[in-house]
Amino acid sequence: MERVRKWVQVIVGFLTNSSWSFPFTNTIYQGPLKVICAPGLNCYSCPAATTYCPMGSIQQLLGGLRFALENSQYYFGFSVLGSIGVLGGLFGRLICGWACPFGFIQELLHKVPSRKFGIPRLLSHGKYMFLLLFVVVLPLVLVDEFGTGHPWFCKFVCPAGTLEAGLPMLFLQPNLRNTIGLLFLNKFVIMILFLTWAVFSSRPFCRTACPLGAFYALFSKVRLIKLHLDEAKCTNCKACHHVCPMGVKFNESPDDPECITCLACMNKACKFDAISLEIGGIPLAVADSGLSPASKP
Amino acid sequence: MNQASREPRHKRPLRKAPFVVITAFLLLWMIGVATGEPSRVLEQAMQVCLSCIGIG
Repeated sequence: MERVRKWVQVIVGFLTNSSWSFPFTNTIYQGPLKVICAPGLNCYSCPAATTYCPMGSIQQLLGGLRFALENSQYYFGFSVLGSIGVLGGLFGRLICGWACPFGFIQELLHKVPSRKFGIPRLLSHGKYMFLLLFVVVLPLVLVDEFGTGHPWFCKFVCPAGTLEAGLPMLFLQPNLRNTIGLLFLNKFVIMILFLTWAVFSSRPFCRTACPLGAFYALFSKVRLIKLHLDEAKCTNCKACHHVCPMGVKFNESPDDPECITCLACMNKACKFDAISLEIGGIPLAVADSGLSPASKP
Repeated sequence: MNQASREPRHKRPLRKAPFVVITAFLLLWMIGVATGEPSRVLEQAMQVCLSCIGIG
């Protein structure tokens, strides 16, 4: 199942970044597919991006809300919120585990041999602060002399934007290199910090700073597809604690907002079939990699 | 036949909450579409936002 997940991550990554004409055009894809919402965090200024980033769009729409309302345009971000809300209701943070390119990059970096460290649970609250403050409040409230807000998260924090869009655009358009300043340096340092951290800890950006992950986490109890714990079968052996890339203690918190439904606990850890995947309460018969309970670690 | 398939499967009730949530957000999406928001989103997504990516 882990191999299937990796393939899904690769395929979704290519589908959301499938415009490969940028070496010839030296700019981003500008076609009609960009009206489609990317499920994961995928910067729409990435030269290959064929979809829009929901977090980027929400900030842009909220930042331009005053101007839009003055022109009788009611752009509150409902279509974007609706898109990610439907995705959240269906999958929740399963999207982080299966369909986010930046999550996939962090997973690959974590495979680099090194000493591994956990992440204090307290830091997981940081992403909710970024969602509320940097994505909603600041773009809406702090406006310039024209009444326009800025996309604070994209502008000052987002390491996915720097990696997927900032650096490629500097490579494609050499004249942009003259405009590099403190803003880019700040974002470049943040990107390096998160990418380095990803080598030593599992998915640090997803766990501490991703506003889209924070949004999907709000659906942890009500999402359609999620893992189910059969408490009658659980022996509290804690094997699921050791395999979770998000630091979730599944048997203690089956609806944990950090669970990305990577299925590691179900397939790699639980010998007692206490964990199953369900759709709307109906259990799915998912193969456990062909491993019998005795052969599981 | 393995042991798991011999065990009686406990029936769990269908959870209604996900359907309510999905329907609510689908309605929200439709309202957004009705106000013409996707064209604005497309307009934004077709431009390189330099300050967004830390340049300029």
